[in-house]
Amino acid sequence: MNYLVRDVRPYGEGEPVDVRLVDGAIAEIGTGLSDGDSRVYAGGGAVLLPGLVDLHTHLREPGREDAETVETGTLAAALGGFTAVHAMANTDPVADTAGVVEQVWRLGQEAGHCDVAPVGAVTVGLRGEQMAELGTMADSAARVRVFSDDGTCVSDASLMRRALEYVKAFDGVIAQHAQEPRLTVGAQMNEGVVSSRLGLTGWPAVAEEAVIARDCLLAAHVGSRLHVCHVSTAGSVELIRWAKSKGWDVTAEVTPHHLVLTDDLAASYDPVFKVNPPLRTAADVAALRAGLADGTIDCVATDNAPHALEDKEAEWGAALPGMTGLETALGIVAETMVLPGRLTWRQVAERLSSTPARIGRLEGHGRPLAVGEPANLCLVDEAAPWTVDAATMATRSRNTPFAGRSLPVGVRATFLRGTPTVLDGAPA
Amino acid sequence: MSRHLLSAADLTREDALLVLDTAEEMALVEERTVKKLPTLRGRTVVNLFFEDSTRTRTSFELAAKRLSADVINFSAKGSSVSKGETLKDTALTLEAMGADAIVIRHAWSGAPVNLARWVHGSVVNAGDGTHEHPTQALLDAFTMRRRLGRVEGLKVTIVGDVLHSRVARSNVLLLSTLGADVTLVAPPTLLPVGVESWPAQVSYDLDAVLAKSDVVMMLRVQRERMGAAYFPSQREYARRYGLDVRRASALHDDAVVMHPGPMVRGMEIAPEVADGVRSTIVEQVRNGVSVRMAVLYLLLGGASPAIGGDA
Repeated sequence: MNYLVRDVRPYGEGEPVDVRLVDGAIAEIGTGLSDGDSRVYAGGGAVLLPGLVDLHTHLREPGREDAETVETGTLAAALGGFTAVHAMANTDPVADTAGVVEQVWRLGQEAGHCDVAPVGAVTVGLRGEQMAELGTMADSAARVRVFSDDGTCVSDASLMRRALEYVKAFDGVIAQHAQEPRLTVGAQMNEGVVSSRLGLTGWPAVAEEAVIARDCLLAAHVGSRLHVCHVSTAGSVELIRWAKSKGWDVTAEVTPHHLVLTDDLAASYDPVFKVNPPLRTAADVAALRAGLADGTIDCVATDNAPHALEDKEAEWGAALPGMTGLETALGIVAETMVLPGRLTWRQVAERLSSTPARIGRLEGHGRPLAVGEPANLCLVDEAAPWTVDAATMATRSRNTPFAGRSLPVGVRATFLRGTPTVLDGAPA
Repeated sequence: MSRHLLSAADLTREDALLVLDTAEEMALVEERTVKKLPTLRGRTVVNLFFEDSTRTRTSFELAAKRLSADVINFSAKGSSVSKGETLKDTALTLEAMGADAIVIRHAWSGAPVNLARWVHGSVVNAGDGTHEHPTQALLDAFTMRRRLGRVEGLKVTIVGDVLHSRVARSNVLLLSTLGADVTLVAPPTLLPVGVESWPAQVSYDLDAVLAKSDVVMMLRVQRERMGAAYFPSQREYARRYGLDVRRASALHDDAVVMHPGPMVRGMEIAPEVADGVRSTIVEQVRNGVSVRMAVLYLLLGGASPAIGGDA
């Protein structure tokens, strides 16, 4: 089925145009295009962006299908405007072999809501001891290019150096969850004024920054690519800015929740606000916004982390860290970055689509809105505020920290290679 | 007062004084031959203890019994909790059994706050992780007032493992509400990052503050902290931060020495000091029952007079 999407504004710029999608690609862009044999979809003046790309999603399958499946997680992604997500490796079994990454990739293909690019574990079982078969995962049908032990840090400096070097052979990248383990034993929340009051063990900023500094130096030493996951502190932004000023190949992401939420929310002891890295201070939030605006931070990645109710409805210390985020990411970015004038929609397209696609070496995603390019698209209604309701989201889990919050923009439609996955804000 | 007592910060100055004044009335009962009031007859108080604490549990149990409440002691050991039942299920079970108040001791900071969201009855925090222990702070303030006649304006020095101490957190909050002047003394490793935001002074030098102190409160220091490099040895800790006989002699004549117990004699406090005339350690235990009677009464009994009112 070919589509004629009428009345949309590419990158939110200029007068509305019509866009014809034929055989999975953009065939025509212009005004007053004839219907022809295309099915017509009224864009309603929506902002047209390339389909969003998430570098950091937990889909939980295999292993915790009670929290999320590839089917439900990718549907949530499509509703959030995503056409591709990178699925993190901390499943059960761990995605540390070609067998597991191919399984996850195939589940994504079968679900059909968005493309799933599996992330391979750096070390066997995420144990930080022995390098996993990175090359075999790279050569598999899943074409893995991003490797991460996310959740646990590759803290061994020698192992990190070797991993950075090794993936150069297939243009891979190590995505590091920067957390010095000895500085974060039993850590529960950001270490500072609030943790001192709440009696929760602190997760100091230095535990993130020290690893980022070390990894930047290692990447420079061996001439490799480093990607820093979910940067959360002002000091980390400074370090990445410094590394980039040296010309080193370092990229970084920030989550939507770190762009808006702060550690004082922990005072409720409601584990919906427990996340790793933890929520930081207002000064950190300001530095992250500035870093994303000036390009120090390359992209927004959700770190979407669904958890079953029993793993969140517990004491703070017993609850698992993590927040869902696929369905709310664009709304938070609009609220914190677009409406205050920090980013244009064209820059949003870079930071949520073309840049993460480039870091992940993902073909067919994050491409320009131009004739001949793949029709992976996202339509954003600019004046369509909606209220987040945890109970009605597509994700199987309920741990959104934004329940009850009004978000200023909504995803009107998503197209994956010319086929709608979302129309009028609902699954197509 | 609000329905729960989760943090010393929940108490306004008026609330705190009401508890202390009510505790004075309760203390009168202790002097009677029949140490019992009918005030909470027919009400059920559950002691929900996820951590062993014989002294706190016994204190709450005695307080509830002296008010004629039915008391159930629910220990995590040997209960369904050890079989994987969640705090929420335990809470709902206890409420279904008719608990009017739940006194909770838990190893995780904030567990009483979580519990209070799941039950309709009153929740009393009997110590949660490294967060708070508000009835300990109330009994300490009560003890100070009985010994020294007031709390306002007292110079109170709290010494020891502030970082891991729920007693210190509750005391700092309550004492500042009541107008005392608090100084924390500890090795820098045992003070939390962010302590500068607390309503208290901080010093690393015990000798420098002792002579000015009206109250010295020694906190327990667990020997296992040495393994985590908080300090090098028990001997060095005792030398720098222990209240020995020589240091105690620097105190002015009316100054008192407090300890929430259980104490490590020879570590943070010398036996001669713990057993000396300045020590309020045994009084603190006795006062604990009066203060907990006052708290249970005020949370469950409403506004009627504590003694001689409607049951």
